[in-house]
Amino acid sequence: MSAIVLILALALSQFLLVLAMGCAVYRLVRGPRAQDRVLGLDALYVAGMLLLLTLGIRSGFTIYFEMALAIALLGFVSTAALAKFLMRGEVIE
Amino acid sequence: MSQFAEVPLWVALIIAFFLVLGSGLTLLGAIGLVRFESFYQRVHAPTLGTTWGAGGILIASMIFFSVVRTRPVLHEILITVFVTVTTPVTLMLLARAAFYRDRTESKGDFPPDPARKT
Repeated sequence: MSAIVLILALALSQFLLVLAMGCAVYRLVRGPRAQDRVLGLDALYVAGMLLLLTLGIRSGFTIYFEMALAIALLGFVSTAALAKFLMRGEVIE
Repeated sequence: MSQFAEVPLWVALIIAFFLVLGSGLTLLGAIGLVRFESFYQRVHAPTLGTTWGAGGILIASMIFFSVVRTRPVLHEILITVFVTVTTPVTLMLLARAAFYRDRTESKGDFPPDPARKT
């Protein structure tokens, strides 16, 4: 019984997260200006990280947690670097 | 899937609640990202996904691994703290960059400069 509850909840939550990634990709592709695309990329990173965490619950391996941590770190660095690039025209001055 | 049977039903219901809450809030934020009209409205939407969206799924993961391993598994707090601390920084940088671009090109409807005293 609890296995059925967990499997259904995991499937629903993965479906919702994939929909969220689809919305972020829409904004990444269509975004009228560069800052909208960067915002879409940031949302895509967060949704992908959460999808990896649900995969980790589903499979029972904690290795997915480390991948999610790496994605969170890379997402922060890439968004900060892109924001700096939009502001100044170069990343490292 | 064998370890799913070890989880008691009420714990499974709590885990399912937090999973669906987190992913649903992330999806709401992403829908807001699609549907809001200006960039300054859109920049608020994904924060739903980074606060309670990430929080819900990380709480579910903590409860699940703590029950399965029969010891407290709390390393998900690392991601929670990291995401909660960095999201305002990056989005603030991005909003300032967008504001700077809009102001130098004087186009789009951008809010007045909060730093300027009138």
